[in-house]
Amino acid sequence: MQERVRAAASRRAALRLRGGGTKDFYGNALRGEVLDTRSYAGIVAYEPTELVVTARCGTPLSDLETILDENHQCLPFEPPHFGEAATVGGCVAAGLSGPRRVAAGALRDFVLGVKLVDGRGQALAFGGQVMKNVAGYDVSRLVAGSLGTLGLIAEVSLKLAPRPQAESSVRLELPQARALEAMNRWAGQPLAISASAWHDGELSVRLSGSAAAVHAAAARIGGTALDGAFWRELREQTHAFFSGPEPLWRLSLPSTAPAVELDGKQLLEWGGALRWLRTSAAAAEVRDTARRLNGHATLFRAPDKAAGCFAPLDPVLARVHQALKAAFDPDGIFNPGRMYPEL
Amino acid sequence: MGAALPVVKALREFLPARAVLHQEEDTRPYECDGLTAYRQLPMVVALPETEEQVQRILKTCSALKVPVVPRGAGTGLSGGALPPGDGVLLSMAKFMRVLRLDPLARLAVVQPGVRNAVVSELAAPLGLYYAPDPSSQIACTIGGNVAENSGGVHCLKYGLTLHNVLGMRGFTIEGEPFALGGAAPDAPGYDLLALGIGSEGMLFVVTEVTLKLLPKPQCARVIMASFDDVEKAGAAVADVIAAGIVPAGLEMMDRPATRAVEQFVRAGYDLEAAAILLCESDGTPEEVDDEIGRMKDVLERAGATRMTVSRDEAERLRFWSGRKAAFPAVGRISPDYYCMDGTIPRKRLGEVLRFIAAMERKYNLRCPNVFHAGDGNLHPLILFDANNADELHRTEQFAAEVLEKCVEVGGTITGEHGVGVEKINQMCVQFGTPELELFLAVKRAFDPRGLLNPGKAVPSLARCAEYGRMRVHGGKLPHPELPRF
Repeated sequence: MQERVRAAASRRAALRLRGGGTKDFYGNALRGEVLDTRSYAGIVAYEPTELVVTARCGTPLSDLETILDENHQCLPFEPPHFGEAATVGGCVAAGLSGPRRVAAGALRDFVLGVKLVDGRGQALAFGGQVMKNVAGYDVSRLVAGSLGTLGLIAEVSLKLAPRPQAESSVRLELPQARALEAMNRWAGQPLAISASAWHDGELSVRLSGSAAAVHAAAARIGGTALDGAFWRELREQTHAFFSGPEPLWRLSLPSTAPAVELDGKQLLEWGGALRWLRTSAAAAEVRDTARRLNGHATLFRAPDKAAGCFAPLDPVLARVHQALKAAFDPDGIFNPGRMYPEL
Repeated sequence: MGAALPVVKALREFLPARAVLHQEEDTRPYECDGLTAYRQLPMVVALPETEEQVQRILKTCSALKVPVVPRGAGTGLSGGALPPGDGVLLSMAKFMRVLRLDPLARLAVVQPGVRNAVVSELAAPLGLYYAPDPSSQIACTIGGNVAENSGGVHCLKYGLTLHNVLGMRGFTIEGEPFALGGAAPDAPGYDLLALGIGSEGMLFVVTEVTLKLLPKPQCARVIMASFDDVEKAGAAVADVIAAGIVPAGLEMMDRPATRAVEQFVRAGYDLEAAAILLCESDGTPEEVDDEIGRMKDVLERAGATRMTVSRDEAERLRFWSGRKAAFPAVGRISPDYYCMDGTIPRKRLGEVLRFIAAMERKYNLRCPNVFHAGDGNLHPLILFDANNADELHRTEQFAAEVLEKCVEVGGTITGEHGVGVEKINQMCVQFGTPELELFLAVKRAFDPRGLLNPGKAVPSLARCAEYGRMRVHGGKLPHPELPRF
């Protein structure tokens, strides 16, 4: 892989870093010759008592999760796969977290270290396999979610958690405003909520933890039992909400922000902090709405991405982004334009 | 005063005289932070009170090409706030307002000079708290916690500062304002929030921080478990994790540490034990009962010789008081002590503790150990007398060998105290030239002229070359009288 990168750098030729290609839809237009990472696969180290796994980028995400599951452990951020071919490298580069994020934290919270191939073809190592590490800048977490624009994530170490002892899900009928209020109120109480979602007048809540905690929270929240398979449909976007012709927007908002008043269908996650919106409203209108609510909007799935997938950066931060890109990838060969045109 | 004059004059154009200090009697209190072996009088100390003043100070210093070093409470243990002899020490001490507490959104917006413990005190009536609790929490500030990515005794379960900061506002060294993150998750672009946390004040100056508040657990209890062998205690830690338990806190102290502490605060520790573990569970009363039961089973099977479970909150706090007072307690049994901060994979604990014991014999210095066992973060405390140049030299060598051992076993030279000036040479051991070059480039992306906290955290390649040479000459560093650790 280093040789491929060096060769591309010498020609200043764009490289499109790609694992299983399950997230090809995410971000702006794809450019460059494909560098397939799947041949660089395998788990490098896994000791359950350390709560850490180190895997090569091409390792299938489902293989990794199977091995963790056999050891009663899991990736706490519950990453979406968006297809059977998803790889560990692609998962970290995309930086997406699933339903459990509201309770456990985001993908980047669990990244402990990376081995990276930079734009010069050099192999670099940052962070490590320990929980606490403040030596040097936190480059491992900087590259998480950078969509491969800073370097090729060759290997990554992730912090793990024990799988919850018990889990159950419930559903309540509630209008959106009351669901938002309930989710925020519950989040301020010691209740074992590990996921929440609202759609079409129904609030779904998943409880995870010790049997005692799950039981206590279920009694407090009420509602009727829900099949836990719902959370997988949500994570993988196989739920009916996600099919249809309108563009899919992902609005990140403060969880207490009021209901978004835009035409279209909505599905809420993360206690109200994540609002999926299927709408044909103009991009500028969606972005303005999100900004007024102190958040931002990402054009997540759409046939036409002319408006740019990610909310524009303010000029000071845009300049820092460009300087960082130049530090990691001076010839601009990695996934050019996938995040922002100038990166 | 000569070089200070133009800076003082420029700053006094917009700051009151009491907010610009340059006389020695005024600047002396700022000459060091918690790492007292390094001292340097700042040329000027500036004490802004508003964001606008911070911005103007930065613009002024940038224009005059004068270095700036930000400082919180000065409790840092790695010299990150060591002042610039030729620049401005930017004290954020007056930024002590809690701007907003939002119980429904579970967040606090605070200025960086707010003390860590204040946040949880103010949030308590709302049933909320701020999880990171470094031992210095009654004095250390949120701004300093952000700079160092501070941890505490509960971070195995609740994370570090990184995991509990939602957003911040600040200025580049040029005085340009920016905001990172916020109450909405997953800010667009690169994760500069993560990059900034733990960056030791090298990248930008923070003027406002948004903190995540968590619901206060209904109850917490801690087990104090005794072991007749330090390595058995280490193995017990792995067993607890292997049993699928993530304790709220999991700390270890060896006998020299418990004996030092017990004279200082009567925590009720078992002084016959070779090591004790403090293993905490929090949650609902039912959860805690269940988890304490499972923890006790595991610890018993791992060979615990005695176990006491806290019966009430007062007893729980008493068990923790000893751990939290470990550093000052050790400060009372020795004229000076040097605290290390390496982190290792837990499974290598036995090997590293044997290594430390061997170093105690090699350098003829005592070294009690306190240890965030759950995270693998070691705080061995080397006891020495700074007035004895040879002891100082041996301490420095001892510490360097231990930190390099941490790197060798797959760990790091610093888990939570930062590199600062103290561990800058060991950065050359942990990282190769390409990584260090990238760190320097990251710094330049924010601060192209290197005016913000210069000379800290990331060594120049020339410095590493020099350190490498010193190490090749083996054992003896030139000028042992210089406080170089």
